[in-house]
Amino acid sequence: MTSQIYTELLALYADYAAVVDSTDWNRWPEFFLQDGAYRLQPRENFDAGLPLCLLALESRAMIKDRVYGVRETMYHDPYYQRHVVGIPRLLSVTQTEAGEVIEAEANYIVFRTKRDGVSEVFNAGRYRDTILRTPDGLKFRLRLCIYDTEMVSNSLIYPI
Amino acid sequence: MDRAHPIFDTTASWPGEGSSRVPFWAYTSEAHYKRELERFFYAKHWCYVGLDAEIPEAGDFKRTVIGERSVIMTRDHDGEIHVVENVCAHRGMRFCRENRGRAKELLCPYHQWTYSLKGDLQGVPFRRGVRKDGKINGGMPADFKPSENGLTQLKVARRGGVVFASFDHDVEPFEEFLGPTILEYFDRVFNGRTLKLLGYRKQRIPGNWKLMQENIKDPYHPGLLHTWFSTFGLWRADNDSQLKMDAHFRHAAMISTRGKGGKVAEVTAGVDSFKESMKLNDPRLIDIVHEEWWGEPTVVMTTIFPSVILQQQVNSVSTRHIQPNGHGSFDFVWTHFGFEEDDDAMTQRRLIQANLFGPAGFVSADDGEVIEWSQEGFEQKPSHRTLVEMGGTDTADADHMVTETLIRGMYAYWRKVMGE
Ligand SMILES: [Fe+2]
Repeated sequence: MTSQIYTELLALYADYAAVVDSTDWNRWPEFFLQDGAYRLQPRENFDAGLPLCLLALESRAMIKDRVYGVRETMYHDPYYQRHVVGIPRLLSVTQTEAGEVIEAEANYIVFRTKRDGVSEVFNAGRYRDTILRTPDGLKFRLRLCIYDTEMVSNSLIYPI
Repeated sequence: MDRAHPIFDTTASWPGEGSSRVPFWAYTSEAHYKRELERFFYAKHWCYVGLDAEIPEAGDFKRTVIGERSVIMTRDHDGEIHVVENVCAHRGMRFCRENRGRAKELLCPYHQWTYSLKGDLQGVPFRRGVRKDGKINGGMPADFKPSENGLTQLKVARRGGVVFASFDHDVEPFEEFLGPTILEYFDRVFNGRTLKLLGYRKQRIPGNWKLMQENIKDPYHPGLLHTWFSTFGLWRADNDSQLKMDAHFRHAAMISTRGKGGKVAEVTAGVDSFKESMKLNDPRLIDIVHEEWWGEPTVVMTTIFPSVILQQQVNSVSTRHIQPNGHGSFDFVWTHFGFEEDDDAMTQRRLIQANLFGPAGFVSADDGEVIEWSQEGFEQKPSHRTLVEMGGTDTADADHMVTETLIRGMYAYWRKVMGE
C-alpha cells in the first residue's frame, strides 16, 4: 500500500517538474485543488515564523492569474529553467473526511540558463507538500517551496 | 573609431549644463562609486538600518549594511537602540555572522574580545598577562585604554519605529535631513503606531545603485512598463498626482490617487502593456480597502537619498533598502510590515498584495530587469549619456506624472556633492 502511494508521489513530482520546466504553464494550476495554495518562501522567513512569501498564491484561480502574468504582462529576460528534484520523503498518510491526505517533502534545485549565459544555480530549496487524493488524482492542497537561495539573482518569473 | 569621441574616456566631465543628460560613466566609474560611498553613505547623510519591530526585546540584534560597511543594530537592556560597526577593534574582523539574533554582549570569536550592546569594549583575554612560575607573561601595554578601543559607534535617529544611523556624528538632525515636505510623508506612514513585521525578500540586481533611486523617482514608466498599474488604474498618466522634493532635490515623494482604470485613448492607445480584456480570476490580488491614515492618495512612494525607499502602494507597505556592492550591483532588501491594529483579514490582504511587489512581483520584477539592461547599455559605451528630458530640463515640483523632474533633481544634487 505504502509503496503504491510512494510510486504515485514520484509520478506527481516528476510530472510537476516536467510542466514547470516546459513553457506549457497553463497546465501548472491543474496540479492544485480549487482552494489549493502555492507558496514560495525564503527560508529566513519560514524559520523565523514570519508569514511573508515571495509568492503567495492562495487558490487555483490566483495561480492562473500568475500564469497570465508570466505569459502576458511581465517584461523579463527570457530563460530556460531546469528542475532537479530529489527523492521524496513520505511523511504521513491520513484518512480524513475529505479523503486521503498525504504529507511529503523533497529537495529541489532549479538551474537557470539565459540566452547568452551559462547555466547557474538559480534556486535551491525544499518542497513541503500537503496532497489530497481526488477522483482526478493527487492534487496539492498546499505546495510550500522553502528556498535557501534567499538572495534572488535579480528576478524570479517562472514557477518553481 | 572616431578619435574625437572615444568610447572609454577617463577624463570626461559632465556634459553640458544642468542635470538632464546623465553621462553613462556616472554608473560605470569605480572611482566615482567610491566617492559616492564616502560622500553619500559615510558622511552627512542618514542611512536606513531597520525597524524597531525587528529587535523588540533587550539583547536582540540585526546585522545590516550602510553602503558597503557592515553594521549591527542592537537593543540594549534599557530599550535604547545602538548601531555599531561590525569590525572588531582588535584585528578588524567582521565578527557578527547571523542576520538576526539575541545576545548578552557582542563577541569576536577570534580572540574572544567582548563588547557591550552599545559597542564599548568589555573584555580582553589575558589583558594583564598570564602568570607562570612567578612571572607575568604578555598582556596589553599598561597604557591600553579599553574606553578608547570600542567598536565604531554610529549616531542613531529613531522616528515612528524606523531606525536610521550615520557614521558622521556632525550630521544634521534627522528631521532637517528629510526637510518638512518629505517628513510629512514619512510621518504619514510612521505615525507612532507599533509596526508588525511580516518578513523579508531579497534580490541582487546587477545595476548601479542609483538606478533604483531613479526608478522610484520616475513616474513616467509605471503606467507603461507595468501592465497591472495601467490596466487596473493603480498608477497611470491620467491619475491625479503630485511630485514633491526636499529643498536639496535629493529626496522625493510621488503621490497619486488611483483612477478608474480601463481604456482612455490618450494614455492607453498604443501602449503594448495595456490589456483591455484582462480580468483577474481571483480578485483578492487587488482587493483594496481604504485605510484612514492614507487620506486622499492611494499610493505614496518616498525616496530617501541615498539608502531607502518607503513604499505605500494601496494596502502593501514596505521599506526597500539599497545596499550597494560595487559600481554595477546592489542588494535590494524588502521589509514588509503591517500595523498593530491590523486584524487577520488586513494582514492577509497585505500578504496577498505583496504578490505585486518584490523580486517576483507582477510589477516589481520588471524593474529589476530594466535596471540590469540599463547597466548593460552603460557599460557598453560609458562616454555616452542618457536623456532625462521628459517634461523639460528643470527640477521643479510637478502636479502630473509626465515628467522626469525628480531624476533631474537628484542629479543636480549629485553634481553639487560630487563636485562634477
Ligand atoms: Fe517600476
